[in-house]
Order: sequence, then structure tokens, then C-alpha cells
Amino acid sequence: MRYHQAVHDVPLMFEGCESGPDDDLEDEVRAALPEYLLRTSLMLPDLAEREVVKHFVNLSQMNFGVDNGFYPLGSCTMKYNPKICDEVSAWDTVSNLHPLQDVSTVQGALQVMAELEDMLCEIGGVDAVTLQPAAGAHGEFTGMHIVRAYHESRAEVRKEVILPETAHGTNPASAAMVGYDVLDLPSKDGCVEIEALKAAVSDDTAAFMLTNPNTLGLFERDVEEIAKIIHEAGALLYYDGANLNAIMGKTSPGKMDFDIVHFNLHKTFATPHGGGGPGAGPVGVKKLLEEFLPVPRIVRGDGVYSLDHDRPRSIGKVKSFFGNFAVLVRAHAYIVMKGGKGLERVSEEAVLNSNYLKEQLKDLFDMPYGDLRKHEFVLSGSVLKKRGVRTMDFAKRLLDYGFHAPTVYFPLIIDEALMIEPTESETKDTLDAFAEACRRIMSEDPELLRSAPHSAARSRIDEVKAARDMVLSWRGYLKKSDATISRA
Amino acid sequence: MMTRLGLRSVEDLFRDIPQGLRTDGLDLPEGVDEMELRRRLESVLSSNEPASRWLSFLGGGVYYHHIPAVVRAVAFRSEFATSYTPYQSEVSQGMLQALFEYQSIMAELTAMDYVNCSVYDYSTALGEAVLMSHRLRGGDRFLVSRATSPERTDVARVYARGADIDIDEVGYDPESGAVDAEDLESKMSDDVCGFYFETPNVFGALEEGWKRIRDIVGDRVLAIGSNPLALALIRPPGEMGADIVIGDAQPLGVPMSFGGPSIGVFGCREEHVRKMPGRIIGMTEDEDGRRSFCMTLQTREQHIRRSKATSNICTNEALLAVAVAAHVATLGRSGLRRMALRNIQNMKALSEGIDALEGFEAPAFQAHHFNEFVVRSSVAPEDVNRALRDASIHGGFPLGRWFPDLKDCSLVATTEMHSPSDISRLTEALEGIR
Ligand SMILES: Cc1ncc(COP(=O)(O)O)c(C=O)c1O
Repeated sequence: MRYHQAVHDVPLMFEGCESGPDDDLEDEVRAALPEYLLRTSLMLPDLAEREVVKHFVNLSQMNFGVDNGFYPLGSCTMKYNPKICDEVSAWDTVSNLHPLQDVSTVQGALQVMAELEDMLCEIGGVDAVTLQPAAGAHGEFTGMHIVRAYHESRAEVRKEVILPETAHGTNPASAAMVGYDVLDLPSKDGCVEIEALKAAVSDDTAAFMLTNPNTLGLFERDVEEIAKIIHEAGALLYYDGANLNAIMGKTSPGKMDFDIVHFNLHKTFATPHGGGGPGAGPVGVKKLLEEFLPVPRIVRGDGVYSLDHDRPRSIGKVKSFFGNFAVLVRAHAYIVMKGGKGLERVSEEAVLNSNYLKEQLKDLFDMPYGDLRKHEFVLSGSVLKKRGVRTMDFAKRLLDYGFHAPTVYFPLIIDEALMIEPTESETKDTLDAFAEACRRIMSEDPELLRSAPHSAARSRIDEVKAARDMVLSWRGYLKKSDATISRA
Repeated sequence: MMTRLGLRSVEDLFRDIPQGLRTDGLDLPEGVDEMELRRRLESVLSSNEPASRWLSFLGGGVYYHHIPAVVRAVAFRSEFATSYTPYQSEVSQGMLQALFEYQSIMAELTAMDYVNCSVYDYSTALGEAVLMSHRLRGGDRFLVSRATSPERTDVARVYARGADIDIDEVGYDPESGAVDAEDLESKMSDDVCGFYFETPNVFGALEEGWKRIRDIVGDRVLAIGSNPLALALIRPPGEMGADIVIGDAQPLGVPMSFGGPSIGVFGCREEHVRKMPGRIIGMTEDEDGRRSFCMTLQTREQHIRRSKATSNICTNEALLAVAVAAHVATLGRSGLRRMALRNIQNMKALSEGIDALEGFEAPAFQAHHFNEFVVRSSVAPEDVNRALRDASIHGGFPLGRWFPDLKDCSLVATTEMHSPSDISRLTEALEGIR
């Protein structure tokens, strides 16, 4: 088990071309625009194509992706992304379409989108889907606006959104952006505590946000009761679809009586995460909320697709045009390739892998709350503390073994949390190797952990210095480089 | 694995789902193999007419530009594409450095202190700018120039609604399309937190009155939107006194893809950076004193501040930021300036060509333009476009849908992609339209 990430000394692309070479465009530029509209200086890198390739290829070798190895980053569903999906999204008939083309010239694009909407309706157990939101959090934002529009349509003012304290940070942030006060609900045994929920709901409750299985990987068994409580209070139930990979074909948010659902296409449906994005976060709703979905809606009549902008009760638009189309195309391709049975198998294998790995690791760590997990599980690294080591040190040491670290310190209710999501993509051998690495690390000299990583492109990086120095651009670096920061 | 777990059937793994909630599989077709998928998608998508097949003069926020092959080859490498947010900075230096370079390029083009490593797109950047102005200045009204694409203003309205901010529009001068300074002045009151205008604006026109605007806006927040490609030549918002700069970097190396994903640019002045939304990469050192990069100022973000965060954004458009950095590095300073210049020159050639035709006036607004402009025609734009479609041309966008008072106008865009013969192909096709 030896791993060494490449270490290249890659200068910043600005280095060596501080002012950029002069060009002979001055006369033409002045003929094109008057001086008061022109800029006077511009400092940009200037590299020959050969140098650009070297720069980025060497940088890429200092970057760990799913294609490099196991990436059990909990909550993020870092599964393998089939290459055909990338290829399709780069086709001319996808990448060179303009969103303002006449609809008669984009029928194929609209068909793909309409089909994706239909497939997501089936998977989510909902009646209508919008593909406009650009990511999961953006879907939550859209969903919360739908909540607001729904209550307003009933001439009700409700000011509060409730969510479990285990919720992902985007949930409270999205609710707050739509003007809601956020109430954190304490949990019991890792799940929603029914009595606490009953005590919390009121006629001020606009919605309850939940992901099921929740961020601990536990299925919220009382979800029927939760739905009843929320609906009896006149509020809506929102499903954070980040964890959909656990339940496809087994149950659905709609079946669980959720009213609004977002899907993370970059998680469940294998579109690559892109070092942070782009993703896509379509939103599905039950019939009674369809009229509030963003415009335009794709409609079909006589075999022809068109766009309907005339929806008086729509919340409006949350993004220009139709959503992250190139991402939607990838997800469409993935779902079509898997088919209904294939998706169900995805969930079975994701849950099997998760429970298998959990069994191997649970004795090394504390594992609060019950045994059966869905697609992910959360361990507590509190045992490490006795050895003077923290979860972060353990995570950094895993990098030395060629594994990306799990999500750490989330959810917040678990002390020293390690959140592990193996996904369906990995083999038993990989899971065994990961478990073996964890076992070995547990018996290593604590100093080896505290000083990890040792085989990454960098040793432990000083985040405090980054926040203190605030060097956030090349120009900023030039300004501040009485240089506390040296070249690599 | 099943035996190891003592399972008889895989269904045992789902025994925690109450029976009443179980579904019986998915009602979706059987899966298909790669070859069949390709066959099907080729057939469905072949009914599209991309800009590479037809001649296209559409703009309005998304533009058909040349993307050097090297951009896709390096930015979409799977080490970048299949990674996620660089939480483990030691194994993510590649992505982090590339994002730092993107931030640096955008800060330079916009002449702002700091630019984050992306928001979703131009429209959500405007939404975030409204919210940030409100955080900075207070006040429940935000003014937006009417010469802004409704694709953006409509989105900003939704963002504003969440914070109970009203968006009011400031008119434009009917001759020049520039911000109507009198109207702006008359709408300034104590509850206004800021004002937003664009250069180039929705009509492709460059704003001339920025000095006066800055004076009228006073100590309120001034947010300016621009096209980063145009900024290779034109005066950057940072030099016009902008507090917030937004835009979309799609023209710099990102395919149109039917409008998404593109990449929202968001920048601000140093003193406001703690109120900024989105991820920011900073330079620092590792334990061995080597230059390194990591995410910084995270206490603004949702995973730490939850409901008090400056934004809910988590997944962003990072990979496209890498593409933009690769694109700009490849073109370099002079290459980028040349590309921008070619856009202006083609705009002039095209608008002169159209203006010379009977029944057409171009540009309809008397101003300097970048790469698009408004054409007024005696024949209704929809009818013009119908005729152009017979010649396999995507004509300009009929503006009546966005501006009911401009029903006889369309928005026509050109880029470096158009050769002189492409331009004459359009004018010749227009000539026959009565
Ligand atoms: C549980 C959960 N909810 C919501 C989100 C937000 O999704 P996105 O990053 O696509 O905005 C995430 C992922 O980051 C998540 O893990």
C-alpha cells in the first residue's frame, strides 16, 4: 500500500509575464473606441500552447479525483461517472446550441429535457419537475420559494422553517435566503424526535426540511408520522435529495409524502463534480404545487415541444434560460443506460457496500445509533483523542494510503465525525484495502498522524495563515509579497 | 459480502423502510448499452440545429465563440473533472491553484480586489449582488437599469423577494440606451441600498455616463455587470467606482450548451470581502514552507454559518473556472485583446451592412457597442427570422418578448467566428425580405 502523489513545481501562470508583451493593436483599438471608454492597463498571463498544456497537466497530477481512487466523501456520492456521458454532452448538437434559438430548431434538446423530467418524476414519486436550478442548494432555494408562494396563495403568512440539527448547512442557509426563520430540531438516537417535532410545529411553520436516509445514513422510520404532523399543521414537507442514492426503486420521496424534492444530478446520476461544480439540482413537486414551478415550462402538444412562459402563479425564474443543460444531458444518458432495474441495483449495491465497510470499521471507532445503515455511515473519532490525535489527523493520514478522506466534522452532533460513503462503484477489494488502512493507521505512532500527509503534493497546509494573509489573487500577492510566501 | 453481513437477501438491507412506504421497483424502461444509447441520442439530438451547422446571430447573454482545443483537453482532465470541492487541500493543489489563477485573471479584467471562484451564472450573480448590497448598506429597495436582460432581472427579483427587497427599474435614454440619469436621481431615496447597470448592456451598448452615475449613487452600493471578454479592451468596472462587479465568463472558453452551465463572475472591494458570497481560494504555505493554496474565509459559508451564511451556495462552477483560466492563458493578453477587437470590428461591419438595407436600421441606439446591437426593421422580427430559417440562419432575437415597446426590434450578435462571407450571407438573405 504505497501511494505518492506527484509533486511538481508549477509556477503561477502569471509568473514571468508580469506586464504581458506589448502588442501592435493600439491604433486599431483607438479606431474602434474613444479613449474614455478604454482601459489603460491589463496584466494577463501569456503562454504558448505547449506551456499551457504542461502547466495544467502537471497541476492535474496534483489533484485527486474519483478516477484516481477511492473517494468516500460522505454526503457527496462520489461515484464513478461513465465516460460516454461526457462525450455525449460535448456533441455539437448539445454544446453549440443557443438558448434563444427558435423552438423548431431545438426539438431534440427539449425532448431530452422532457424525458428527464418524466424519469425524475418516476424516481422521485412526484408529479412535475423543473430542471432550472443549478445545484442542490439552488434547488432548496427554489423549493423554499415554492413553499412561500403556496402559503401566500392561501393568504397565510408563516415565518418558520424547521429542520433537524443533522441537516446539511445549505438547508438552513437556503431557508434563510427566502426569508424564513430557521428552527433547529434536536434529534434522538440520530433521528427526528417526534415529541420535539410536535412541540415545535405551529401555525407559523411553513415547512419541514428533511433528507431520508438522513445525514447519519439512518432511515427515518417515523417519516409517515412526521408527514402527518407537518401536513396537519398546514405546512409542507421538503426532501433534500442528496441521499437519494440509497433508496431508488425501494421507496421514493413522493411515497413518503414529501411535497417538494430536489435531486442532485451530480451525486445520484453520475455527472462529474468538477472540482466543485457544475452540477444540477432539479426540483420535483406534487400536483398541488405545480403551478408555482419556475418558468418557462416545457410543454408537448401534437408531438411538438414548446416553452410556456405564461404561468401567472409561477415563482418566476431562478436562473437564466433552462438550467445546466450539459449536465442534464449527462444525467439523462446515465438513467437511460441503467434503466429502472439498473437504478434499483445501484441503490442495493451502494447500501451493501456501505454496510459491509461499516462492519469492518465499527469496532475501530465509536458508531453511535443502531446498526443498519443506508448508503453512508458516520463514525466518531473520539477514541482518537485519547491518543492525542484528532479526526482531521486521521483523515490526513488516509491520504498517504491513496484514499481521499471521508467528510469530517459533519454532522455536527457527532463528536469528531467521520462520514463515509463508499458508493456502489467500488469493489470489495477496494473496501477491504480501505478498512485495512484504517486498521493500520489506528496502531501507528500518533506523531505520524499529526504530521500527515507525507505523500501528498504538500504537507499539512496552514489555513490560519491563509485567512490572516488574505492573498487572494496574483495582484494581491504582488502587493503583499514582502514575501512571506516563497515559491515551492 | 452478503454472507459476511449475515444477509439472506439484499432486501434485508431495506428492512428499516416501513412496508407501507415500499415501492415495487421503478416504472422505467430496461437499461441499454453504450452503443444503443449513442444510437438513440444521436437520433433525438439530430433534430437540433446548432450554431456550428447554421449561421447564428444570437447573443443576449450567451455567445458563440472559438474555444481552442487545448482548453477542453486540459480543463476536462479527469483528475479535475472527477474531484469535488477541495476540502483536502494537500491532495487538491491542482484545482486550488487553477482556481486561484482564475480569481487572479478575473480580478485583473474587472479591476476589482477580489473575485470568488464562481457563482452559478450571471443572473444569480445579480441576485447575490442585490443581497450583498442589502447586507452592506441596509435599505429595502434596489435599483436596476432597465437596459438589463430580463433573464437576469427576473432572477434578481426572486432573490430580492426572499429578503423583502423591492427591485425598481431605472429607465434608459431612448436615443442612446444609456442609463437615464434624471430618472436614477429621482428614484434615489434613503431606502435604496444600491444601483446596478451593465456595460455592455442588454442592447450591446457601452455605458457612457458612469461618472455621473457614481456621483448620484453616492455612498450606496454601485454594482456593475460586464462581459469579461469586452473588458480586455474597455474601461473596467473597478475604475468606474464599482463596489461589486458581476458578469458571466461563458465567452472565455465555455460552450453555449443551450444556456448552461455558464459561470457567474462575482467580485468586490477588499473592505467588503467578508460579506461576499461563494468560495474563495487563498495562498498560504505548507509545513515545509512551500507555497500552497486552500479555501479561505470559510466562516462566511453555509457549512459553517448555516442560516447566517452570506449565501447558500455550495456546488458552484469550478471546472468552468479552470477552462476560463486555460483559455485566457492560451490567448494571452494580446490574443484576448485581438479577439475582443475582432468582435467590435465585426459588429461594425455587420451593423453597417444591415443599416444599408432598405427597411432596416442598425444600430437602433446611438452608442458605442461591443459585439451586439439592436436592429429595427419594417418587417416584424419574427417574420424576418422565419425567412432566415429557410436559409439555415438563426436571426437576431426578437426583443418584443423582453421589451414590449421594442416589438419592431431584434438583438443581433456577432463574434470573431463570423467571416466576412458569413456577414454578407446574412445581409444578402435580409435583402430579399419584404
Ligand atoms: C445533504 C446535502 N444537502 C444538500 C447539499 C447541497 O447540494 P449542492 O452542493 O449541490 O448545492 C449537499 C451537498 O453538498 C448535501 O450533502
